[in-house]
Amino acid sequence: MGSRASSLLREEDIEEIKKETGFSHSQITRLYSRFHSLDKGENGALSREDFQRIPELAINPLGDRIINAFFPEGEDQVNFRGFMRTLAHFRPVEDNEKNKDPTSGEPLNSRANKLLFAFRLYDLDRDDKISRDELLQVLRMMVGVNISDEQLGSIADRTIQEADTNGDMSISFSEFTKVLEKVDVEQKMSIRFLH
Amino acid sequence: MPGYCAVLLQLNLLDYFSFCFQWATLRMERGAKEKNQHLYKPYSNGIIAKEPVSLEQEIQEMRRGGAEPEFDMSDIFYFCRRGVESIVDDEVTKRFTAEELESWNLLTRSNYNFHHISTRLTALWGVGVLIRYGILLPLRVTLAFTGVGLLVVLTSVVGLFPNGRIKNYLSDKVHLMCYRICVRALTAIITYHDSENKPKNGGICVANHTSPIDVIILASDGCYAMVGQVHGGLMGVIQRAMVKACPHIWFERSEVKDRHLVAKRLSDHVADESKLPILIFPEGTCINNTSVMMFKKGSFEIGCKVYPVAIKYDPRFGDAFWNSSKFGMVNYLLHMMSSWAIVCSVWYLPPMSRMEGEDAVQFANRVKAAIARKGGLADLLWDGGLKRGKVKEVFKEEQQKLYSKVLVGSSEDRSRS
Repeated sequence: MGSRASSLLREEDIEEIKKETGFSHSQITRLYSRFHSLDKGENGALSREDFQRIPELAINPLGDRIINAFFPEGEDQVNFRGFMRTLAHFRPVEDNEKNKDPTSGEPLNSRANKLLFAFRLYDLDRDDKISRDELLQVLRMMVGVNISDEQLGSIADRTIQEADTNGDMSISFSEFTKVLEKVDVEQKMSIRFLH
Repeated sequence: MPGYCAVLLQLNLLDYFSFCFQWATLRMERGAKEKNQHLYKPYSNGIIAKEPVSLEQEIQEMRRGGAEPEFDMSDIFYFCRRGVESIVDDEVTKRFTAEELESWNLLTRSNYNFHHISTRLTALWGVGVLIRYGILLPLRVTLAFTGVGLLVVLTSVVGLFPNGRIKNYLSDKVHLMCYRICVRALTAIITYHDSENKPKNGGICVANHTSPIDVIILASDGCYAMVGQVHGGLMGVIQRAMVKACPHIWFERSEVKDRHLVAKRLSDHVADESKLPILIFPEGTCINNTSVMMFKKGSFEIGCKVYPVAIKYDPRFGDAFWNSSKFGMVNYLLHMMSSWAIVCSVWYLPPMSRMEGEDAVQFANRVKAAIARKGGLADLLWDGGLKRGKVKEVFKEEQQKLYSKVLVGSSEDRSRS
């Protein structure tokens, strides 16, 4: 009854996560409590089953792809650092970043990184290209059994035609970015975290 | 001076407790500030702000203007964001653990800031432990044994009487008395509202479920016929004794699966006006009292009057929620009996019947909404069975169908033009 999670997270860890992700202190402790409540095995890491236990995620057509985004290549467990790193992509973009440090590189929640996150949802084999096959598979996940193969195929073909500029019949990350340049990615891929 | 005394007298014991708890929290906040650390604050307002926008709305908004293509690569953003939002904060999983409190109530089990406790606070907590485990717990356990023991013995005695008015009268009195002793055993401070709507014979009483104590709370204010599975051990003894005094409905494990059998026994009972109203918890499992989850439609198909009851516990003095996946029954009862008190409010709502053209599920949802509104609880469509089981595939298929309509819908419009 009640979570004692905050006492298991050390101050140094919180500071590091703050620097890396830009979340505030209270946001980090609350997210740690959430992490802890999802961690049914209480081993400090989440498995795919832990995510699938969330009903709203289980009914999301792209639920499995989203869960996959949390796990680094070939791994089955994600620790709190990894969890926060992935969530950081969804922080809103603020005009004046508090820790604007030119040497720290691009923040995790920049427009480019948000687009990269979405790109990776499509790119099933992680080869930095969205092939027609991959696009079809993701489309199939989103529509279920309600659209025929032919119709879905033509949708995929048309999408690749519109996006593909170098004629290799697949969509690279830069082509993806170009296609979505008018979309308000910052707002659509951001979650309003409360303080 | 007299005015001051008058005010002090008007504050009851619970107000003094509240004052203590708030003082304890302030001390912890001060302790944390002195050490230049942060205090953990439960996310009572939520971790994130969600916007209730539907799938269609969002996808239309996202589509770039001009000639609308059927599919846009940005469509994925909607599912992506919704998915991550549910990972951070979802409506269901938090209903199966105890509610987090704003201020500390001097019970270790609800404290998240151990390392900020000063000596004075520890002393107060220590005194609390002594009182709770040294005085309150033994007293309560004795009362509990007395209550249960009397129930078994007296109902068996009443069972010896021939069926008739005297037997019913005695049975009611015996049940009420024993349940009231059990209420004392938990130091439950209950406020009953709108007692003119109390359930009558020939009806079914439905209530939201938080713990097995719900039964004791309701049954100490009125007489009900209980429904449940036959148990072995001590529970079995109690069940067999109770049914001697008045008809309760106990099912064998095998019979529970047979929905028709269950419905028949319930309808037969309800049809007999001399039998007591049936008490049922349609959620089917214990929820943490911040929300009401899906009501199983079985009780709403019977076609009799339904008397809804809302039960809301005040978690500050002792959280009544039974997290059955974490704690066993004995552990749970010990927690209950070593809390300060169980404080709750019971509202009897006016009876409802199924309306013309309304099916059982709609009726169930209507009753659920009324209970949620009265008790100040969130009204959820999710199934309490998700505590242990997986969500059904059909819900995902619904989402897929919705999205397909957005895609295909636009091509239909095009073919028409």
